[in-house]
Amino acid sequence: MAYSDKVVDHYNNPRNVGTLDKNAQEVGTGLVGAPECGDVMRLQIRVNPETQVIEEAKFKTFGCGSAIASSSLATEWIKGRTVEDALAIKNTDIVKELSLPPVKIHCSVLAEDAIRAAIGDWKKKNGAAEAAHAETSAAK
Amino acid sequence: MSTVVSQVEVPAGVTLPIYMDNHATSPLDPRVLEAMMPYFTNKFGNAASRNHSFGWEAEKAVETAREQIARLIGASAREIIFTSGATESDNLAIKGVAEMYRERGNHIITQVTEHKAVLDTCKRLEKYGYRVTYLPVKSDGIIDMEDLKRAIDEKTILVSIMAANNEIGVLQPIAEIGKLCHEKGIIFHTDAVQAVGKVPFNVIADHVDLASISGHKIYGPKGVGALYVRRRNPRVQIAAQIDGGGHERGMRSGTLNVPGIVGMGKACEIAIEEMDSEAAYLRGLRERLETKIASELDYIHVNGSMEHRLPGNLNMSFLYVEGESLLMGINDVAVSSGSACTSATLEPSYVLKALGLGDDVAHSSIRFGLGRFNTQAEVDYVAAKVVDVVKKLRELSPLYEMAKEGIDLSKVEWQAH
Repeated sequence: MAYSDKVVDHYNNPRNVGTLDKNAQEVGTGLVGAPECGDVMRLQIRVNPETQVIEEAKFKTFGCGSAIASSSLATEWIKGRTVEDALAIKNTDIVKELSLPPVKIHCSVLAEDAIRAAIGDWKKKNGAAEAAHAETSAAK
Repeated sequence: MSTVVSQVEVPAGVTLPIYMDNHATSPLDPRVLEAMMPYFTNKFGNAASRNHSFGWEAEKAVETAREQIARLIGASAREIIFTSGATESDNLAIKGVAEMYRERGNHIITQVTEHKAVLDTCKRLEKYGYRVTYLPVKSDGIIDMEDLKRAIDEKTILVSIMAANNEIGVLQPIAEIGKLCHEKGIIFHTDAVQAVGKVPFNVIADHVDLASISGHKIYGPKGVGALYVRRRNPRVQIAAQIDGGGHERGMRSGTLNVPGIVGMGKACEIAIEEMDSEAAYLRGLRERLETKIASELDYIHVNGSMEHRLPGNLNMSFLYVEGESLLMGINDVAVSSGSACTSATLEPSYVLKALGLGDDVAHSSIRFGLGRFNTQAEVDYVAAKVVDVVKKLRELSPLYEMAKEGIDLSKVEWQAH
């Protein structure tokens, strides 16, 4: 199979590879996929509690080149966005950017799932904090 | 910034890309090409033309090739039927026996790691009322003879078990199987594509009735194969599957591919001369490859028996690294993977699954197929490159990180998708 130049670039030079402390309050972790399916993505975000901006994003992926590229791209895209903005990223955006062929669309779906899972984890951890934040905002 | 780009130095004398996928196909030996050339040009006759020198010349060349092939496998020339390749040979053998011996019985025994040319042929016969038993294999890839004995019943007409597997190179005990079949009066077919010319294979000693052979796996041309059909003790008959001019004793009609047949004959002649020394050479290369990789990497797994195996085959899983991404990193080396992502069906290798390995192990597998033209310098480069890329991909792998932390991955609740 021939890969697009962008997939090859992300595979050769993956962005934001690494691990954040999953126990930290401001870190959300998403772990999606399964080893027997041939792909597992772990995407982590560090969110600024004041601004809700994703200041840091890290990933590690077990999977094919397209899976690695999809998650690498996802970390690039969510960095600097607010949590709500990041949720607007759709798998179809990733397909378009990386020119993924039909057989690789599930890689982009997994990347979208990983973003949602990481944000979901962060929201769960910070549910109380967020509610308090919303309250103070409302009071203003 | 982390990077997967590999900076392994290319040794002197090595040109990229390196071909190390000799189970898929093998390069044409220059000596074979030389033998074939005249039959593409001035010696173009039809071997079935009985009334002029062009035909006689072609027929003579075909008969020489028939003898060369027969000699390699311990058969007589009259027992060799030419086909378009081993897929056709498998189809002709299995369907030909099924049709010819229908009144005697309708039961066929094969096993789960056969090539699709055998499995899909058997599946088709099931639609026509035949019963097929698919024997399992043990974790080393070899069938259990007790399973075979138990599977045989009074309706069994054919046993089809491969001599060597195309993915894991594992050798089945065909001499034992053949002997049992002959004691029971059952016909024994073996897909010997990967074994012939690589390891000793003799239709008499191995009690084989039908054997499928291919040209392009033994440094001969593509588009030509043969079926050995035993003529004595017992005489085996097959029903033709292609009707026409009655070529090949009526068992396979169609004008013979003379240049291809000449090439296949020459390839067999070379194999007779060089098989023993080549096997020792390839075994040395494989050991070197395996040792170099194993000394640098943890969490690796060799798939299938190392004892009963083709000399040039190494099938290895690099746990926590997905096969297709590994192939992408070693893109100047031609090998293949059992990963689902590399297959048209998006299913991981059924051969590796049959060994009882998890899908995750199959996804991480690479098949190295060493051949006549591989060199020690190439092996050194490939080993270094694989080690380098696996290490880099493991830095990217959440599974490797988890395994290193001591997390039991089989206990994690994954979200299968």
